[in-house]
Amino acid sequence: MTDANATLAPRTPSRFWRKMRASKSASLGAVIVAFFVFIALAAPILPVPGPTETDWGAVRKAPSAAHLFGTDEIGRDVLSRMIWGAQASLLAGVVSVLIAVALGVPLGMLSGYLRGWTDAVISRFTEALLAAPFLILAIALAAFLGPSLSNAMIAIGLSAMPLFIRLARAQTMSVMTEDYVESARAIGLGHFSLIRKYILPNIFPPILVQSTLTIATAIIAEASLSFLGLGQQPPAPSWGSMLNVAKNFLEQAHWMAMWPGIAIFLVVLGFNLLGDGLRDALDPRDL
Amino acid sequence: MLAFLGRRILIAIPTIILISIFVFGMQKLLPGDPVLVMAGEDRNPEVMEFLREKYRLNDPIPVQYFTWIGNALQGDLGISLRTQQPVTELIGEKLPVTIQLAIMALIIALSIGIPAGVLSAYKKGTWVDWIANLVALSGLSIPNFWLGIMLILLVSVNLGWLPASGYRPLTDDPLQSILTMLMPAFVLGTGLAATLMRHTRSAMLGVLRSDYVRTARAKGLSEQVVLIKHALRNALVPIVTVTTLLFGELLAGAVLTEQIFTIPGFGKLIVDAVFNRDYAVVQGIVLCTGIAFIAMNILADAAYRVLSPRMKDA
Repeated sequence: MTDANATLAPRTPSRFWRKMRASKSASLGAVIVAFFVFIALAAPILPVPGPTETDWGAVRKAPSAAHLFGTDEIGRDVLSRMIWGAQASLLAGVVSVLIAVALGVPLGMLSGYLRGWTDAVISRFTEALLAAPFLILAIALAAFLGPSLSNAMIAIGLSAMPLFIRLARAQTMSVMTEDYVESARAIGLGHFSLIRKYILPNIFPPILVQSTLTIATAIIAEASLSFLGLGQQPPAPSWGSMLNVAKNFLEQAHWMAMWPGIAIFLVVLGFNLLGDGLRDALDPRDL
Repeated sequence: MLAFLGRRILIAIPTIILISIFVFGMQKLLPGDPVLVMAGEDRNPEVMEFLREKYRLNDPIPVQYFTWIGNALQGDLGISLRTQQPVTELIGEKLPVTIQLAIMALIIALSIGIPAGVLSAYKKGTWVDWIANLVALSGLSIPNFWLGIMLILLVSVNLGWLPASGYRPLTDDPLQSILTMLMPAFVLGTGLAATLMRHTRSAMLGVLRSDYVRTARAKGLSEQVVLIKHALRNALVPIVTVTTLLFGELLAGAVLTEQIFTIPGFGKLIVDAVFNRDYAVVQGIVLCTGIAFIAMNILADAAYRVLSPRMKDA
């Protein structure tokens, strides 16, 4: 996970878009992400068999005109499961980051804004959560919550939350030292207005960068949990659970393992490229 | 240095207490009765009551916590529901396997990541830099469990060069042990190599712009000497810190790697414990990794102070 912890100053949208368009890697990342979002949304209308439709006459068939990516151990179309699996992966990536942001950013802002005891308590809590490695924490939480896609999303979201607490806290503390915040305080602006008008808009860019990069981590984490059997449950498709089954048929049907891995790699690469591009475009040192 | 270490350990105590509360609370706050799992399918009320008494589950939650933490402080993390072995003993058995995997992975990561990062920084803006960055970003994006599966397919199934799974203790047959662990260590090491490469590149870029490197070049020293003796030596300070902090990634990566290559280590222990609802083992592992992670953080800070003379007075 790349760190987006840099102080980012207000900037004009046109300059941001110009830098984003100029960055070839960010554009490539955006195209990859857009492609996967499109296939995930268009899954119901794409001309492929249903993801759970079995064809016992076509068990573990190699890629052909009838089944472009081949079939799996019970004759399901791998391409169809890949397309529907994109929904699970992207949903898990986005929802778990939304959970992490929704819980982490307010706590971080509170910590950085109020300081004192609130800051001390929240900081110790964050350090405790950060002390457990991300995936181990997610596995432990998923285990206690029970295996399902929604529980995997909650587990990943909670495990990613401390990162956002720390980032929002550092950014809030940095913004609080700016002259415009001092001036706003001097004219008697209330806490809520100060946070809404000055702090939130200024801490948003690094949060956005970190969110994009964390979606990439969350997608890998969901695939890992599903691979271990703690995420999406069969027969519903998910790239991770497809790989879990595929590892048992490597000699007979290697295509079952190939495509889901390529898809995870591409979508994660897309979000990483996009995140790196966003960070560069929003970096005040390059303005 | 001793005063510094003492201060850092004191600061870490509240965090460790919070981790223990969190680990203990994980089971208490979430739905599900552990006794139902222990009692088996019969769910005999008498057996369930006996188990509640045995594990002191009828006590108030704070009392249960203090009993648990008191035992943990004496090295007793409970008994595994599945194997009936003490959790500490189980962890002690599996840890050396994962340590061997982690050390081999780290050696692979360091030998790929540092040279690639140095080269990329030295050739900044050229195709070498571009390719190194692309490979590093790809390394960060490839799920390591998929890389493992693909390597098994290529190296074991198709070429038959290395065994696809299993473990041989280092004390039994060192060569065979290293060969069996080579592929898993490579899988685990590549992701870390990508992280190390990006940090090395960033540290080297900073150092290569510094005055002392310019002076070394002006003195007419060869590029090799400038790069290795002057630049890399100074860039190593943040790299050592980052390497120490990679401990968490190593452990998390080991969970999946050990699962794919059927290595009976720490990572496989947690996955098996999760599926057997062996909560005492899960709690023990999370507590131990948390404390070990804090220890690694302290070690990283200490290494930074030793390597960076400017920090000594801080």
